[in-house]
Amino acid sequence: MISASTVPAVDLVDVSKSFPGVRALNNVSLRVEQGEFFALLGPNGAGKTTLISILAGLTRADSGTAKIMGFDTISDYRDARRNLGVVPQELVFDPFFTVRETLAIQAKYYGVTKADAWIDEILHHLDLTEKANANMRALSGGMKRRVLVGQALVHKPPVIVLDEPTAGVDVELRQNLWTFIKRLNREGSTIILTTHYIEEAEAMCTRVAMLKKGEVVALDTTANLLRGMAGITVQVSAASLPASWQQRAETQASGAVGFTLSGYAELESMLAAFRDANIVIKEMKLGEADLEQAFLRLTSKEAA
Amino acid sequence: MNSVVTEADQVDAPKVVATPIPRQPSPILGPGFQALFYKECLRFWKVAAQTVVAPVVTTLLYLLIFSHVLQGTAKVFDGRVSYGEFLIPGLIMMAVLQNAFANSSSSLIQSKMMRSLIFILLPPITSLEIFCAYVGGSMVRGLCVGLGVWLITLPFIPASVLHPFWVIAFAAGGSAIMGTLGLIAGIWSEKFDHLALFQNFIIMPLTFLSGVFYSIHSLPAFWQGLSHFNPFFYMIDGFRFGFFGLSDVSPWLSLSVVMFFVVLLSIVAMRMLATGYKLRQ
Repeated sequence: MISASTVPAVDLVDVSKSFPGVRALNNVSLRVEQGEFFALLGPNGAGKTTLISILAGLTRADSGTAKIMGFDTISDYRDARRNLGVVPQELVFDPFFTVRETLAIQAKYYGVTKADAWIDEILHHLDLTEKANANMRALSGGMKRRVLVGQALVHKPPVIVLDEPTAGVDVELRQNLWTFIKRLNREGSTIILTTHYIEEAEAMCTRVAMLKKGEVVALDTTANLLRGMAGITVQVSAASLPASWQQRAETQASGAVGFTLSGYAELESMLAAFRDANIVIKEMKLGEADLEQAFLRLTSKEAA
Repeated sequence: MNSVVTEADQVDAPKVVATPIPRQPSPILGPGFQALFYKECLRFWKVAAQTVVAPVVTTLLYLLIFSHVLQGTAKVFDGRVSYGEFLIPGLIMMAVLQNAFANSSSSLIQSKMMRSLIFILLPPITSLEIFCAYVGGSMVRGLCVGLGVWLITLPFIPASVLHPFWVIAFAAGGSAIMGTLGLIAGIWSEKFDHLALFQNFIIMPLTFLSGVFYSIHSLPAFWQGLSHFNPFFYMIDGFRFGFFGLSDVSPWLSLSVVMFFVVLLSIVAMRMLATGYKLRQ
């Protein structure tokens, strides 16, 4: 490696993968820098899990290269895997062991033999301390999910991939989980997240890639993607409209007129036009574009 | 937005990046092997009543029934050893072989069916480490059960060991073969039914027709000849030689056959692991 900080956490170049009858990934190139909180979004079957499986070494790409912290996932697979922690999407567990044994054994797979203090911390943050000595079979689905998160973190990997980590986890515990993950990110861990809760990705991720049918249809910062969504929507109820804004009116229902604005600066201009025309606004509602809208627009646009 | 994440939670730009885990030396058998071997042993030990005690008791029942029924009627090695004494090494070895196979095969198929195999596919564990850990765990269980059978039968029929080297060599070689065969069966099987095919149509017939309960010299010539194609026969015959210094064929021939199968099956299992056959896509 040249220099740790210049090496991308994840570097995918022209990665393709086909299964019988399905092109799961089609020349996907993606670079995630160290310290990023990165979202990988896409509808079911978009190729997210295949992409994660290639990074994790569970699936071998037909072509292209995948690197974790500069280590090739095929030729340098041991070093690549040491730098990666994966929370799988499926709720899997080994029924023979307790929670603590599960974490300790997983740590030892990576050569981490003195992990007791870190395991205690993980158990605390995942609210599993009381269940440390319980058999995995005795845990609820949400608890098993949290143990999976713990298993991915137990060797302190600099790159953490979370494939739907909050599925089945209740709201309060999701909050705890995210607080912990965000702390790891602040301490420098690179987080790659796939989730169906797009609001989570919007709130936390600095950059987003959207996949559709095995291809990247959008790759940008969250802010830019939202900006690309034409800012804000406004619903106005008034007796009439300023002449300069009449052509911008999009909807007209129950006396309300809708406008799509580029942002709050344009809202100021619109309000000024109403004042100058001496038109009284009776009611006004604002709505912000969100990542879900961007997601739906981008994925449906590609489908069209 | 009904998010559970508030604005205040918005992620700050990280001021540091995590220290990458640098390239590490790769010993032939590293920590991944140690951890997986430990896990495999702990797995069967946690259910020892089922994996160790039960086969010991079952084998004891075989001994009591067969030795009672056939003592005095079945002559072996021209009457130089009693039938009961003859039976014990065969039963010990049968228990070793069956349990060594059961350990790796059941561990793998359970991991595959429950999808928990991912826990050993994600870490930096090599194919050789996985192979050695599964086979090693199988050998430990097979030898534990064999030792248990020997100890529990001592009060009934004391069986002394004349050549400990041969006993250890065939117990280790036989359990390694069956642990490896169990690994192959576990990788190949996609459901419990497939594994049952292995057990019921390969392992059981070859075990029961290997001379556990009789000397092949008591068989008609055709069946005697056929027995020489059964690798289990050599494992049991060689193991028995360690107890009495008597065997149907030379222990060196038996050891050669055992070593041949150890190498052959190891190559097959390693190839399956290295290519990710039915494990990775």
